Amino acid sequence: MAQASGNSAGKSSFGRWGVHLAVLFFVAIWTIPTLGILVTSLRDKDQIITSGWWNSFFSSSQTQAGRLGAAAGQQERDGKFVIEGNIFETPGASTVSAFGTRSAAPTQYPAGTAADLGDGETLQVNADGSYIHSSTKKFEGERGQRVYYSSTVPPKFTTENYYNVLTSENVGRSFLNSLTVTIPATIIPIMIAAFAAYALAWMRFPGRAILIAVIIGLLVVPLQMALIPLLEMYNGVGNLFGVPSKTYLGIWLAHTGFGLPFAIYLLRSYMAGLPRELMESARIDGASDFEIFMKIVLPLSFPVLASFAIFQFLWVWNDLLVAMVFLGTDQEHLVLTGRLNALLGSRGGDWEILTTSAFITIILPLIVFFSLQRYFVRGLLAGSVKGG
Amino acid sequence: MADLTLRGVKKAYGSLNILHGIDLDIKSGEFIVFVGPSGCGKSTLLRSIAGLEEITGGTLEIAGEKVNDVPPSKRGIAMVFQSYALYPHMTVYDNMAFGMKIAKEKKEEIDRRVKQAAEILQLTKYLDRLPKAMSGGQRQRVAIGRAIVRNPKVFLFDEPLSNLDAALRVATRIEIAKLKESMPNTTMIYVTHDQVEAMTLADRIVVLKDGRVEQVGSPMELYKRPGNLFVAQFIGSPAMNILPGKIEKAGAQTGVSHIGGKAVVPIATPASAQGAEISFGVRPEDLYVAKGANSLFEGKVDYIEQLGEVQLVYLDIGRGIELPLIAKLPGNASVERGATMRLDADAGDLHIFDASGSSFVKHTPEAKAA
Repeated sequence: MAQASGNSAGKSSFGRWGVHLAVLFFVAIWTIPTLGILVTSLRDKDQIITSGWWNSFFSSSQTQAGRLGAAAGQQERDGKFVIEGNIFETPGASTVSAFGTRSAAPTQYPAGTAADLGDGETLQVNADGSYIHSSTKKFEGERGQRVYYSSTVPPKFTTENYYNVLTSENVGRSFLNSLTVTIPATIIPIMIAAFAAYALAWMRFPGRAILIAVIIGLLVVPLQMALIPLLEMYNGVGNLFGVPSKTYLGIWLAHTGFGLPFAIYLLRSYMAGLPRELMESARIDGASDFEIFMKIVLPLSFPVLASFAIFQFLWVWNDLLVAMVFLGTDQEHLVLTGRLNALLGSRGGDWEILTTSAFITIILPLIVFFSLQRYFVRGLLAGSVKGG
Repeated sequence: MADLTLRGVKKAYGSLNILHGIDLDIKSGEFIVFVGPSGCGKSTLLRSIAGLEEITGGTLEIAGEKVNDVPPSKRGIAMVFQSYALYPHMTVYDNMAFGMKIAKEKKEEIDRRVKQAAEILQLTKYLDRLPKAMSGGQRQRVAIGRAIVRNPKVFLFDEPLSNLDAALRVATRIEIAKLKESMPNTTMIYVTHDQVEAMTLADRIVVLKDGRVEQVGSPMELYKRPGNLFVAQFIGSPAMNILPGKIEKAGAQTGVSHIGGKAVVPIATPASAQGAEISFGVRPEDLYVAKGANSLFEGKVDYIEQLGEVQLVYLDIGRGIELPLIAKLPGNASVERGATMRLDADAGDLHIFDASGSSFVKHTPEAKAA
């Protein structure tokens, strides 16, 4: 008996560990790339190329090429011609570990040693970047000796990428465009759907069941199928009133239309689950349907309104297709997803631009999610009916 | 002042009839209890009175005014639900003030009435709490308080104690009884399936079955002189023993033979009933161990349930009866399982019902309205 209970306890604790491990796994899968984007977007653009973001907190070693001073700067000393200087523009920013004069062997000589370049010519590059280039013959030529060196650069973080991206790459403008699209396209369907959901859940009128069935049916209409006919219709109506075809109003209406079936379905299911006695009690207290909706149903539906707001916000924010069709791709109207797409084409190799733009794109959905996620917990109904 | 009159009240959902024409007169200040088994329509009747269900036939009058099509809030009623139905996002104060706020009453008046109701129900120190921070009994008190604040002519209770545990149920039952005493002019209608609540609270009990009124009367009337077999078996616990029988001699005193033996019942039967098949009934608590040579029943003790105060003795009287006869005997009586036992009852405690189940006792109109 004791052994059996011990076994079952062990099993459940094993199960709990399994759940924990699985959660940990998914958290890691989600977090690590996000962290990578964040870290990369904050790094110096030269360092991004030489090392991965996971090395960004350590000094990186990179091989660079430079040129020594030209012959014009030579001095004659003890019968030798000497050129002195520092290969770094700002001495002390990094340290030289090795150097060379041929691109095939860029780290041939350790720093601080004098390398014999033949023909009586020597070169010594010290760790701090200072060098002494001497020769028994007089230096000639306009350009200095080519030199390769391996230097160790300390990690360097900067917000410069964000500044660049927001100002010169028009990402800031697109961010505002996306906000202009997303906020009304989230609020309008919630408002319409809440009223509709209450009526479909709690008011009796002929044709109610058919209306619900139609709305459920609309859930499965593919967006791609409806997109172009919808644009045609919108343009037709727009022409009648002299409204241009690509406006914010157009995309708000489009997103509202595509979001409504799901919104009504989700909200109706929730509202229909509210205890009937609450509505009846309010009705005995003299409340009209509108008052019941505003004072009882709406406050109690806040969790589901928040859930839908998250869904709709993310969907509209991440949408590219509807925005392309209803808003166009000109600079005035390009949304963030469209901007990212354009940047991938024009600045495909510039990781600092892409990661920074990507992080700007995901930061708002993250804020929305974390600020509303506590409403997913449906604790608000506790206490209204027995056992709560 | 707030009499209720129901005349042929019917309720149907499509072709499904729930209430088949209910006639009922309820006087102002009465405490009426609807009882009946599940699905008998007692809750539907209450909800029809409240206006939450539209009646499909008949008339319903409250205080002399026909209210068939009057919305619930205009009927002068207040309802307490089984599940309390408190607004979970509002404090106790706001719950109780909700109706008056909707009616746009003055703030001072709302405050005065809410505080007064809270005082009566000892809820004053909980006014700022949310329902979820309260126990079941407290929540039900808030629901009752919400009803009191509306100052209704008629109080409707829909199984208000069903969600409470046994101890709390007794306490709240007494509170409701006291509440009724403090509001003698308010009519109260109370739905329950618990006959203890019905017996203890009611001025009059309405027994319903399958959407029809079986009997209306004071608790003791229903207990002493049930109008039919259903009421006889529904009121009282354990249920009345019913045995098949036959009228041997009709008249002012009726001679009856039943399968356990013979008896003379002091109930008048018409001469036409001579030889009729009847049901013969006697309550378990009216049976006692026979002292003399005469006895009503003789049988073998099949089983004993000792409850301390009383013991339920199951007597097998043979002769093809499926159900054993149940007798409620004092707990200290020595009864042995397997022993033969003779039981007797006073003639006044015997009941006879005709073949259709109706009692031979004719209910006078006075008795009905008592």
